[in-house]
Amino acid sequence: MAERAEPLPARRTWRLSPGVKRLLAMPLRDPFAFAGIVIYLAFALVALSADRLAPVDPMEILFTKAGKVAANMPPSAEFLLGTTNLGRDIYAQLVHGTRSALAVGLSAAVIVATVGTVVGLVSGYFGGWIDALLMRIADMALSLPFLPFVIVLTGFLGAETENIVAAVALLLWPNSARVIRSQVLSLRERAYVEAARVTGANQWRILFVHIAPNILPLSFVYAAIAIGWAIITEASVNFLGFGDPTSVSWGMMLQDAFSSQALSRGQYAWFVPPGLCIILVVVAGFFISRGYEEVFMPRLRGR
Amino acid sequence: MSTLVPKERALLELRDVVKHFPVSRSLSEIVRGRHPVVRALDGITLDIGAGDAIAIVGESGCGKTTLGRLMLKLTEPSGGAIAFDGAALDGLAGESLRAFRRQAQLVFQNPFDALNPRFTIYRAVAEPLLNAGIAKSEHADRVASAFRRVHLPDLERYLDRYPHQLSGGQLQRVVLARALVLGPRFLVADEPVSMLDVSVRAGILALLREVRDAMGLTAVYISHDLALVRYLCERTVVMYLGTVVEDGPTAEIVRNPRHPYTRALVAAVPVPDADQSRSPLPISGNVPDAREPPSGCRFRDRCPHAFARCAEEVPALRTTASGHRVACHLDG
Repeated sequence: MAERAEPLPARRTWRLSPGVKRLLAMPLRDPFAFAGIVIYLAFALVALSADRLAPVDPMEILFTKAGKVAANMPPSAEFLLGTTNLGRDIYAQLVHGTRSALAVGLSAAVIVATVGTVVGLVSGYFGGWIDALLMRIADMALSLPFLPFVIVLTGFLGAETENIVAAVALLLWPNSARVIRSQVLSLRERAYVEAARVTGANQWRILFVHIAPNILPLSFVYAAIAIGWAIITEASVNFLGFGDPTSVSWGMMLQDAFSSQALSRGQYAWFVPPGLCIILVVVAGFFISRGYEEVFMPRLRGR
Repeated sequence: MSTLVPKERALLELRDVVKHFPVSRSLSEIVRGRHPVVRALDGITLDIGAGDAIAIVGESGCGKTTLGRLMLKLTEPSGGAIAFDGAALDGLAGESLRAFRRQAQLVFQNPFDALNPRFTIYRAVAEPLLNAGIAKSEHADRVASAFRRVHLPDLERYLDRYPHQLSGGQLQRVVLARALVLGPRFLVADEPVSMLDVSVRAGILALLREVRDAMGLTAVYISHDLALVRYLCERTVVMYLGTVVEDGPTAEIVRNPRHPYTRALVAAVPVPDADQSRSPLPISGNVPDAREPPSGCRFRDRCPHAFARCAEEVPALRTTASGHRVACHLDG
């Protein structure tokens, strides 16, 4: 380079790429995704301020002024949603149940997205025996029946929430891994990946700088889907009575209401709110994933 | 071997290079222990002297792109040997491979796909510098001078843009700038203008020529278009179905083609005069399946002159009186 170039002004080294900008701007364009995010923010706020919103211990057995157990009380100013057959405050359970639902959903989402992304990237990029091995493991995980597997696993390892999350993650990572793998298979044949090789980029740089950012929206899609699945699964396990009876969750509330025949007593305030909450959180997850699908597959836009 | 072997050692030497791609096997082929392959390249021997500009011409599927990728060690040969500057590509790894990558670069066919859509133009052109371990403080200067080389004026307008904001001709200049930013010695251009609008092709071709002359590059142009090659290269290699059928000075090949396939290629070059009568192409049909090429001469089933010997014996690449190499029994 013989000719002398006048120096360029200093460059900012970091800036938002258009993909990231699109990722952040997505909720503003898709009303469903926007609704999903609003629902999540609302639940997150409730979970964070649960102690202030419902200062009563949700597992504490409450007594009336007359000294009797405050069982099966109807909704009132003191007990917003009434009490259970054992005299526990339903409103407090509902508010504190938000915590476990979000904890289960988010931790499962993080694990599923991380494992699925890493496995998909490695499998698709390196191919060969490692791809064959990982994909056969994925096939095995996919062939397990979902709820029975979770019940059996929690039966062996204990019904703690962490074990339910682990079981859900174990079953859900293959879906994301396979889709991400197929995307990597197509991306690694792109000319700009070859260009990176010919300019001397090593394979880790190619994988993480040139390929991974292009599949991140897919990871988000699967994370959002995993939130819903994990919360449904945790609720199902608890509802079926295989959960941890000492922890407060929406599924546990439904199980309590069911086994104490709340429906026959007309205690709708006991089981309708947790059911609605489960539906809201799960649907919000699917709304968000829908929005990210559109970011990832622009052809879906405007349909 | 060839009259074109230069006095000093060639920059790039290919000896009997073979590239076979495995194809998926049917159950009966697995049972019978067969390993069917696509014979993309079958015994290519070629020397490219320092400072030469050579064209590799042939139909799609003849193996020209595979040959270019082999020259840059983007894929490994199934047999034979390739050496760059006396060092076998085969043995390059780690630091020696990085040194090779600094010297040998590629210009892509499709500039719309050759740049990462998430990288700004500056980042794309600076990437080779980053990979080569050049200090960041030097990047801006070197990117700027690479941009000047490819005549992209108004630097500031381009550097922070993304590929989708540029036109095809601008993108191809950016791709070329990226290839030149490390100051390479060897450049492979794979159909560098075939994806561009006709209106910008001439500009890119002139630029390639100018850059090559200014930097003293050794260049390989891969193309299906003899007319383009005429403008850029002193020497042309004609390929057919994974083999070299003719190799010689471009002027000689265009004026006096020896191989029947080359004659067909020359006859197929468009003529600007629409009224001029043209004789029908001397060949018909398509390139045969590279999994089961014809016996003997690979061109025989499309060749108007084929005779018995062509089916039995593979024609060797012989040097002719006019100073180029031809693989045809007629020219024996």
